[in-house]
This record gives sequence, C-alpha cells and structure tokens, in this order.
Amino acid sequence: MLAYLLRRVIYAVPIMIGVALVCFLLVHIAPGDPLVSILPPDASADLQAQLRELYGFNRSLPEQFAMWVWRALHGDLGVSIASNRAVAGEVFTAVGNTLRLAVVATFIGFVLGCLFGFVAGYFRGSWVDRLASMFSVLGVSVPHYWLGMVMVIVFSSQLMWLPATGAGPSGSDDWAWDWAHLQFLLLPALTMSVIPMGIIARTVRALVAEILEQEFIVGLRAKGLTHFGVFRHMVKNAAPTALAVMGLQLGYLLGGSILIETVFSWPGTGFLLNSAIFQRDLPLLQGTILVLALFFVVLNLLVDVLQTLLDPRIARA
Amino acid sequence: MSTVLASSPTAVAVEPLPAQRSRGYWASVWLRLRRDPVAIGAAVVVLLLIALALFGPWLAPADPYQSSMLKRLKPIGTEGLPLGSDELGRDMLSRLIVGARLSLFIGITPVLCAFVGGTVIGIVAGYAGGLTNTLIMRTIDVFYAFPSVLLAIALSGTLGAGVVNSLISLTIVFIPQIARVAESVTTQVRTRDYVEAARASGASPFTIVRVHVLGNVLGPIFVYATSLIAVSMILASGLSFLGLGVKPPEPEWGLMLNTLRTAIYVQPWVAALPGVMIFITSISFNILSDGLRSAMDNKG
Repeated sequence: MLAYLLRRVIYAVPIMIGVALVCFLLVHIAPGDPLVSILPPDASADLQAQLRELYGFNRSLPEQFAMWVWRALHGDLGVSIASNRAVAGEVFTAVGNTLRLAVVATFIGFVLGCLFGFVAGYFRGSWVDRLASMFSVLGVSVPHYWLGMVMVIVFSSQLMWLPATGAGPSGSDDWAWDWAHLQFLLLPALTMSVIPMGIIARTVRALVAEILEQEFIVGLRAKGLTHFGVFRHMVKNAAPTALAVMGLQLGYLLGGSILIETVFSWPGTGFLLNSAIFQRDLPLLQGTILVLALFFVVLNLLVDVLQTLLDPRIARA
Repeated sequence: MSTVLASSPTAVAVEPLPAQRSRGYWASVWLRLRRDPVAIGAAVVVLLLIALALFGPWLAPADPYQSSMLKRLKPIGTEGLPLGSDELGRDMLSRLIVGARLSLFIGITPVLCAFVGGTVIGIVAGYAGGLTNTLIMRTIDVFYAFPSVLLAIALSGTLGAGVVNSLISLTIVFIPQIARVAESVTTQVRTRDYVEAARASGASPFTIVRVHVLGNVLGPIFVYATSLIAVSMILASGLSFLGLGVKPPEPEWGLMLNTLRTAIYVQPWVAALPGVMIFITSISFNILSDGLRSAMDNKG
C-alpha cells in the first residue's frame, strides 16, 4: 500500500508542474502586450524597457517560467497591477473566505445528498426514490447563479430574513462564527450546496443500489440481522466513495465559486478573479488561478490517499 | 489457442457487419427510450427549444431590441407585455424567445467542437498506445486538474470578452473530458479479436479506426457528450452573466440575467425569468441524457 501511496504522490508532481505551466502561459495567450495595462499610453521607450526588465519580459519564455516558479515557491506571486499590493497576500485572504463558504456548502450538500441518496437507493423504484432522484437532477441542473438571485429575491427582498450581500456587518475583515456573521454566510452556502447535494445523492444512490444487490447483504439478512445492522454494513461499504466524491466537490466549489460570489458580493477568490479580469490585472489573475488549481490537485491527492487508507482494496486493484 | 477459442463467441456477438449493426443498435436504443415517458417529455421540450432557436425571430410578438423609457420594468401580465419588460423597456417575452438562439448556440457549440476534437484525440491516443498515449493523456491530465468553471473563466478572462472567446474556452474545457472517455473506450476495443484480425489481414490503421473502432466508440462518447450539454449551457450563460460572453444588446439568457440583476428589488420575478429558461434547458438535456444512457446500458 505504501508503494501505491508513494506512486500516487510522485504522480502529482508532473501534474503540478503542468498546472503551473498552464497558469504561466495564460499571460502569454492574452492578447496584447501585458505591459500595456501598467503603462500610461505615452510612456517613453526608456521606461518601457525598464519595466520589461523588471517583470522579466525581455528574457526567453523558459527562463521566465523558471523565475516565476522559483518566486512562487518562495511565496512571491508578484504584485497586483491594479492595487500595487502583493498578490500572495490578497489571494491568501480571499482563499480563506472562499474556503469558509465552500466547506459549509459541501457539508450541507453532503448531509442532504447522503440522506436523499440512501433513501432513494434503499427504496429503489418507489415514489421516495423518484422524489429524491428528482431533487438530485434539479440540483445538478440548476444554474446556481440564478438560484442565488432567487434566494436573494425570496429571503432578502421579499421576506427580509437574511442580508443579501457581503460577508459580515462590518465588511469582510473580521469573521466570527456568531449569528451576526453567519446570517451572511447562509444564503450563499445554501445556494452553493445544491450542486454537491445533487451529485452526492446520485453517487450514493447508485452505490447503495449496487451494494444491496451483493451477496453479502443477502447473507447478512439471512443471518437475521436487523435493518439497522444491514444499514451499518452498507454505510461502511459506501463511505469511502461518498467521502471521495465529497472531497472532489469541495475542490470544484473552491474553483467554481466565482459566479455565486459575484451574486452575493462574497469577498473570496471568485470576487478577486472577477475584479482581476475586468481590470486586466494579469498577475493577480495568474496567481489566483495557480493557487486554486494547486489546491484542487492537492485535494485530489488527499482524497485518493484517504480513500486508499479507508478502503485498502483500491491499492490492490 | 484456448484463449482465442474462449473469447471468440463474444467477438462474434459484437462484430457482424458494422453498417447494419449500428442501425440496429440505434433502433433498439430508440425502442427502449420510447418506453421512458420522462425522457420523451424532456426530448419534446428540447425539440421545442430548438424550434424556438430556429424560428424565434418570427415567433416573437414584438421587436426584442425596441426599448422604451416609458415601459421600463413592467410586471408580468402588463397589457401588451405578457412577461413584463426589462430595464430598458424591452418586451421580455420576445427577448426570451429570440434569446433561445444565441443561448443554445453558445451552449451546444462547445460540446459539438469538443466532441469532434476530443474523439479524435482520444482515438489517436487509445489506438496508438505507448509513448503517444502517455504524452497525450498526461497533457490531458493537466487540463483535467483544473476545476472546469475555473478553467473556463481563466481562459475567457485572459482571452477577453466575446462570443468566440467563450466558445474557444469552453471547447478547451470539454475536450479533455471527452478525450478521456474516447481513450478508455478505444483502448478496450483495440485489443478485441476482430481488430487483431483486421490488422493481421493487412488493413491500414485508418481503415481499422473507421470500420471497427468508430462504430463501437461513438455511442458511449455521444452519450457522455449529451450529458455535458447541460453543464455547457450553464457555464456558457454563466460566462455571459459575468460579462465575459455575449455583449449587449443581444438577447441571451445569461446576459439578460446579468443586466436585470440590479432590478431584483423592483421587479424580482421578471428579473428571474431568463434563469428559468436556462434551468428548463439544462434540466431537459440532463433528463434526456440520463434516459439515453439507461437505454444504451440495457443492450443485451
């Protein structure tokens, strides 16, 4: 098993390098000179050359890539063109905010998804199954940015129960796990949870249906085990895959939160990406994407490792 | 020798004349799909949406571009404005109908392009095997390592706003996903006895792929691609929603949702309408794709 885990970790290294390369090249597929957005239109040739030197644009691409990676490894992701602050710091704050949102959303989605999935799989073909399956199809089909708008319409504009936008009564700087802050988190997290809910419900339903057809379940029943006892065995068998799906969903939410964060003005990575795109702040864009993508790779790796530890059959396959 | 004998019955079952076989296959899929009322319902909705996309400009009761300062943000059910009007006083019903064309176009085109591109890449990788396979698949893995929304936004964000750029970025997002499916199916087919036999009898790789591989891999890839349409619809409209796709004043559901976002305190239900259209489209494609999948899985 150790060999398998080691192989899996080593395999992630080239992927990470590839991801870094894609992020690096993003700036170079962008139309126009990346310097244009920093320089005033009447900048002298001298100043241009100076800045080119500073940003390293005068060197060859492989050299630039090596420099960029070297700096990134030391926590230096460059300086934001728009705000003139270090990209790493901005991304770090934003990742924290997004992570908070995504973790809560994944948790809600996981609980609801497991519930629907188990019920649907256990009573396969019944009306409960159809209802639960309908919910999961709705969950994967809904345009979540629209759902966010509907949530704001219903709970903020009509019922006036919850605030519509922002991440706290005093902006985004001081987060606390109290109601004053949590009420800001509730709507975006609920909106976000719909996607993992649908996907986890689907996965769990298929898993449960598959497990129920296996002989050991018949054996357990024949042995005279109670419903609850059989259920326990089922959970044990379904848990590794369900948890793996949950981990991946967390990664997708982290990377895909931009639309929901835009709707709710949540000060996370999505919000950062959005402003980076519209101010053509390429270092910020590049840094945010790099951090999110690497997060996703590492999360994938962790999920694989955890799954192997929970279910040793995987390493043997 | 014994292994050849043991596996030959299955090979015979799969092999017979490709042309007839594929027609029979699709006919039986259709027979099973017909017995699934939910999937048929979804198919009808999809056909209606496609009809809207094709004939929308002739079906719309009013000019979708005609704005009017006097008729701004009217509620649903106003005289002459059955679904109200948007922030510039344009008829919502007409904009929703005419918007079908652009919305479906930007949602479906990337999947079609990725279907072609991904299939070609996947078959080349799967059929060639060896180093070619490793090179192609490891590159694909890198793109696969990005969450799809992030990759789509990263690409269209750097390329800049516009329909063509959003189509390009979504195509790049879906190619790795389709190529993975194509590669794994091709790798399975490649080792079948009838491919060996064709190779032994001197058929060129191109002929083998055309005659033996394509017929067997297109079905599964097609089903997978249909399941991507719903995702693509949501993402494409999402890019427009962010201001990265279609530009105003074109009617497109995601963009309409974006421009109406400021109106949710004035006319909330009118503002939510474009999203309903996206929702209906994506759910119909999802149900239809699920139906297709189970109809194809049942092959006995």
